[in-house]
Amino acid sequence: MLIKISSLDVKYGYKTVLKNMNLTLDSGEIVTIVGPNGSGKTTLFKAIIGAIPISKGKIYTKPNLRIGYVPQQLKIDQTLPITVERFLKLAHKNFNKSLDKIEALLGSKDLLNIQVNNLSGGQMQRVLLARALINNPEILLLDEATKGLDQPGVASFYRKIENIRNSTNCAILMISHDLHVVMSSSDRVICVNGHICCEGAPESVATSPEYKALFGSDVDGTFALYRHHHDHKHDSKIER
Amino acid sequence: MLDDFMTRATLAGIGVSLAAAPLGCFVVWRRMAYFGEATAHAAMLGVAISLTFEFSILAGAILVSLIMASSVTILEGRSLFLDTLLGVAGHSSIAAGLVIVSFISGVRIDLMAYLIGDILAVSNMDILMIWIGVGIIFSLVIWRWSPLLLVTMSEDLASASGYNPKKENFVITLSLAIVVAVGIKVVGVLLIIALLIIPAASARSVASSPESMGIIAAVIGILSSILGLNSAYLFDTPTGPSIVCVASLFFFILMTVNVVFKNKN
Repeated sequence: MLIKISSLDVKYGYKTVLKNMNLTLDSGEIVTIVGPNGSGKTTLFKAIIGAIPISKGKIYTKPNLRIGYVPQQLKIDQTLPITVERFLKLAHKNFNKSLDKIEALLGSKDLLNIQVNNLSGGQMQRVLLARALINNPEILLLDEATKGLDQPGVASFYRKIENIRNSTNCAILMISHDLHVVMSSSDRVICVNGHICCEGAPESVATSPEYKALFGSDVDGTFALYRHHHDHKHDSKIER
Repeated sequence: MLDDFMTRATLAGIGVSLAAAPLGCFVVWRRMAYFGEATAHAAMLGVAISLTFEFSILAGAILVSLIMASSVTILEGRSLFLDTLLGVAGHSSIAAGLVIVSFISGVRIDLMAYLIGDILAVSNMDILMIWIGVGIIFSLVIWRWSPLLLVTMSEDLASASGYNPKKENFVITLSLAIVVAVGIKVVGVLLIIALLIIPAASARSVASSPESMGIIAAVIGILSSILGLNSAYLFDTPTGPSIVCVASLFFFILMTVNVVFKNKN
């Protein structure tokens, strides 16, 4: 077991963003988190990497767990001159030893001397993924990593992720809006809206009433309306 | 050699420019200009308290700057109006400082010396303190260079890599307080922020890596203080503002050169 989260609450000020989250993750699993905007998905990631304090519950991580984190986006101030190579070096102390590996991860060495500020969306995504993989992570956290990619890009991205899992047995926890892809490539889907609405195998989640309540009733594998009923209720109610 | 006031002033100016350069880069990259200014303003309150209770101005300035910067950082997590918070804290500190100073009877205190500096009056002790400050800041920044860069780019990436952004941010805050404190004698609390951001901003036009930006900023800062000091001597102008004027000149020249050069390509 790599990560075990038990009855986790996270608050921003007085606002409860996550309530009673439970989640375990084992090696080699691909788990996808879906949920409307503002449902606490990114907050959950931030709690896992220790970037925000938790107000209740526990996050157990395997000792010395190597985490590869791909953020939603990376905006570096225009005033900071830094090449991709230097940026990747910050992730890794033995950078030169694995220069070949980094080229393989990046797909080319053309990117190495480009200023990070001048990268396109797709290039940035490749760099961030390469950075996350440098350290041979045991778990990969992907926060809407396909944002800004076109359809073929998204498809090849998920193939890449599956290949990584198959070759390294790395666990993958991702936040995604690509519902159709999620359904085909995940072992487990967790539907979050401030709390866990429903979870399980993709097929069972897709047919569950809670999922339909969140994403509209006409989600049939390929299409989803991001409709969100703020007043929907399960057994637990979120404090505001 | 240290008997000559110009030599002392030059040594002090070089020291403060050196300390300000790498830190100034972080201030620019992290968009902390206003934060830095508020920290510097808070130092005036520190000066006033030191004068009232007759202890080291340096210690007072560092202490109050640190308290102000830390409390703003803590409050920032709880509310979202950092800008306003800084404005309130910084300006009320400087105002309170000036009011407190006015109560001190006896020796007439030259306020301008604290507001815009009085580099020609630095003592050997001041120079020693400045260079100790340079030493501390250089050790801190070089030691934490990579994590500081990473935190500057993304606190989340830094967290995921096992660094604690709060600790790294404190390194910046502490260094800032030290620069402000040692810079009071040289350019004063009103202009120290200029010595932080102008050399760094000038260096941005020509730098291609974070390290080169720091080094170029240091060179520009040193040149500005030497040239500023000499022109102040020559034209009988206030030294602190003269140094800042020369630095601004560097900024405009380098920016113009950069724009022209980029248009040619």
